[in-house]
Amino acid sequence: MQIYELTAKELREKIKKKEISVEEVVKAFYTRIEEVEEKIHSFVTLTKEEAIKQAEAIDRKIRNNEPVGELAGIPVAIKDNLCISGAKTTCGSRILENYISLYDATVIKKLRDADAIFLGKTNMDEFAMGSSTETSYFGVTHNPWNLDCIPGGSSGGSATAVAAKEAPFALGSDTGGSIRQPAACCGIVGLKPTYGRVSRYGLVAFASSLDQIGPLARNVYDCALLLKIIAGYDKQDSTSVDLPMPDFCQGLEGKDGIKGLKVGLPKEYFIEGIDSEVEKAVKNAAKILEKLGAGIIEISLPHTEYAVATYYLIAPSEASANLARYDGIRYGYQARGTRHEEQDLVETYEKTRGEGFGAEVKRRIMLGTYALSAGYYDAYYLKALKVRTLIKKDFDEVFRKVDVILTPTAPTPAFKLGEKLDDPLKMYLSDIFTISANLAGIPGISIPCGFSQYPPSPFPLPLGERSKVRGNLPIGLQILGKPFAEETILKVAYTYEQTCKESIKYEL
Amino acid sequence: MDYQTVIGLEVHVQLKTKSKLFCGCSTEFGAPPNTNICPVCTGQPGVLPVLNKKAIEYAIRTAIVLGCKVAERAIFARKNYFYPDLPKNYQISMYELPLAVNGYLELKIESPITNYQSPITKKVGIQRVHLEEDAGKLLHQIGSRELDYSLVDFNRTGIPLLEIVSAPEINSPEEAYIYLQTLKTILQYLDVSDCDMEKGSLRCDANVSVRPLDRLSVSKLGTKTELKNMNSFKALKEALTYEVNRQIHLLDWGGNIVQETLLWDAEKKVTQSMRTKEYAHDYRYFPEPDLVPLLLEKQFIEDIAKNLPELPATRKERFIKEYQLTEYDAGVLTAEKPLADYYEETIRESVKLKVKSERLTKEVANWITTELLGRLNAENKTINESPVKPENLVSLIKLISQRTISGKIAKTVFEEMYKTGKKAEEIVQERKLVQISDEQEIAKIVDAVLKENEPVVKEYKAGKEKAFTALVGAVMKKTSGRANPEIVNKILKEKLHE
Repeated sequence: MQIYELTAKELREKIKKKEISVEEVVKAFYTRIEEVEEKIHSFVTLTKEEAIKQAEAIDRKIRNNEPVGELAGIPVAIKDNLCISGAKTTCGSRILENYISLYDATVIKKLRDADAIFLGKTNMDEFAMGSSTETSYFGVTHNPWNLDCIPGGSSGGSATAVAAKEAPFALGSDTGGSIRQPAACCGIVGLKPTYGRVSRYGLVAFASSLDQIGPLARNVYDCALLLKIIAGYDKQDSTSVDLPMPDFCQGLEGKDGIKGLKVGLPKEYFIEGIDSEVEKAVKNAAKILEKLGAGIIEISLPHTEYAVATYYLIAPSEASANLARYDGIRYGYQARGTRHEEQDLVETYEKTRGEGFGAEVKRRIMLGTYALSAGYYDAYYLKALKVRTLIKKDFDEVFRKVDVILTPTAPTPAFKLGEKLDDPLKMYLSDIFTISANLAGIPGISIPCGFSQYPPSPFPLPLGERSKVRGNLPIGLQILGKPFAEETILKVAYTYEQTCKESIKYEL
Repeated sequence: MDYQTVIGLEVHVQLKTKSKLFCGCSTEFGAPPNTNICPVCTGQPGVLPVLNKKAIEYAIRTAIVLGCKVAERAIFARKNYFYPDLPKNYQISMYELPLAVNGYLELKIESPITNYQSPITKKVGIQRVHLEEDAGKLLHQIGSRELDYSLVDFNRTGIPLLEIVSAPEINSPEEAYIYLQTLKTILQYLDVSDCDMEKGSLRCDANVSVRPLDRLSVSKLGTKTELKNMNSFKALKEALTYEVNRQIHLLDWGGNIVQETLLWDAEKKVTQSMRTKEYAHDYRYFPEPDLVPLLLEKQFIEDIAKNLPELPATRKERFIKEYQLTEYDAGVLTAEKPLADYYEETIRESVKLKVKSERLTKEVANWITTELLGRLNAENKTINESPVKPENLVSLIKLISQRTISGKIAKTVFEEMYKTGKKAEEIVQERKLVQISDEQEIAKIVDAVLKENEPVVKEYKAGKEKAFTALVGAVMKKTSGRANPEIVNKILKEKLHE
């Protein structure tokens, strides 16, 4: 078994028992990265020197039997919109291509305190705007299951790093599904915490009222472990919540597993346009949960059809203000006049932003500016805020009857690179199942629940067999929970995972 | 045609909290450029604002004293526009739900303006009070073409500003002056701001319009212009006077007022149109998603109301009662908080050092009002810049009370104290001004004077009272004014009547 094939939990054990050194671990992952990076391109920046230094320091502590943090020596991949002091933070954009962060994000600080090691910054859709990691200025990332397909987005690089075993786990960010959808596309576990559970200080803002940082990992335990370290109240983030936090690694098994747990299946999520294989896999998963003792109940989330429109008014509006700071004046890319042409202030703004931002970012900034402008604010932005309340109310109502909600993570498995790039609206619709959770602020996790056959064939393989066929694509199962009930959705996820370990095992 | 002047004032006041509104940087004035900055106030990627509670307290304190209704729920909002002194290219301000609304300021207007003999009071409405963050400072270097550039200093970015908007109920430039003075005094007394227009901690913009007097009841307000760049109280009055006249002339002439923003040019003494913006700015206000709504509990507001610092009117009354001062003196001393503080500190120090003076409070008041203030005003200095500190004044008064120097000499000493900042004792020693109170010594001098001035002595003995004064003068001259006048009088009388 190669070092890079070990889970975070296993690595932790071995390091603690001094069976392997941290330096060995770090070097093993960098070797693995070298092996596969050319094909996959998960990373924008590799922080090898720093990582080796960190490794040496931790090895020293371990040798001297000094106390070390809970993630001592475990490498993490970090999405490139999280600030690590002294390292580049590009957000997948030309406008920050050489920007070096001046401070550590709170989650980075927490990881440092836990003695984790940063392998590098992963590729993403520019400023987290996208569902395929195709809008990055630094090139696309490829799905390790099928290199012609998207890895999902916007945390595509983090998802592929984990799936291709370039890192045991990674941090991503989720504004409309950007952790869960790539996790589904890449056959791994991805969790979006409740809004306010994890501090956003140091996360480059896209949509302030929707963004959350979360873990991506190969299994539910590792995911819970990473969440445990990064979550918690932060006074530097006025929207973070000071609530008691359980140890997310405990309680995964629970005394009675999920017996008696009520699972809701929203009828609005099983509609036309959803891939039949996806529907089959999710309904199958529901049956398995039922066998394990959960009760399956059909529920209704009546305002689901408005979620995408609501999101695509609120998020770009907030983004239009959040991205205003990128003007070439204090940091980042600055467009200069050519041939000693004089350039006044407005020209500098226009050229810098025109050249520095990609098409999708510009599209959303324009959308947001329009929705907030005089004469349109009431009809668009304000209206969207009101519908958001209705969507949240749907969940409040439903959670009186059920404990968790089961849905597909995405309507289709990973589509081909370039397939939806020309049709933004089509691209937006791939968020349809994940978006409501951000609007309502509730937590959600995506776990693998099967494979689709790709390309589709008249001679379908049984679900369990498909994982062994090259080019077949993972399908993700989404579990949504009540606000601050990460514990519950982790438990359901874990229970399902342990039951289906064999049938959803994958070999890359 | 007679017109009514209608003015509304928008005042921005820097709150004197130790740190900025949304981060922990220092608000200290005059620091080297870009030294009081951090990732938050320079708008780095990924940063978030955290509200400064003290700023809220100061804002509520002000709102209460201005008679406003403090909101139970206030919301910060983003005001979006691009400018190099605004790091995030939006300012965190307040819009739909401000901190407080519907207050008023009571002005005392003296007779020259009104047709009445005695001062009248007038209430000017205050529409809203809210908090926002200040922008940075731009310094434009205009030189040869290659050297044209502007420098940005972010020290000021993020300093808390209190915006106070008046109703358009001010009806003359003089009233506007009084409004701003009154507001400044109150804010200083509340200890929420230094209100120094030169340092930029007090800024004022105005909205000005006129309308015909004979149709006041029917006509709505005339077209208004916005007046900016009035950087002193004097400039405020001059600019408003100029603009009102300009509008009246234009209307009489048959023209129309264009709604525009005008800058006051303090050198040319005219208002200039800012032709850069052809259209009104759409700030696209929306609630700040990085801050939660501000819920102000009744108890919090009540606690602030209970602990208000002493207000000008109250302090004046107290000065009259406690220190037995005249209304005039009390008025002068309490006109500005630092001056009243100076006075009271001098009194405190005097008591501490057990200065024995019959009418100490009156004496201190006199020194300040007659000797100190005149000199300060002539040099355009504030009491905080006085070269004579309270301790110095106390020691001077102590020397008088101990009869070390006479009241007359003291005035000379004070002059030098003011010029050099030296202590009273030092000056008295250096210039050998110690009063001669030794009776024997004086007796000797008197003897000498009497001998040297026999004709004058004869005149006195012949009944000429004035001669006595001359003899006293001679003794004083001989002692360079240092002889204790009472003792001189006593001994001279004794000797003359021997």
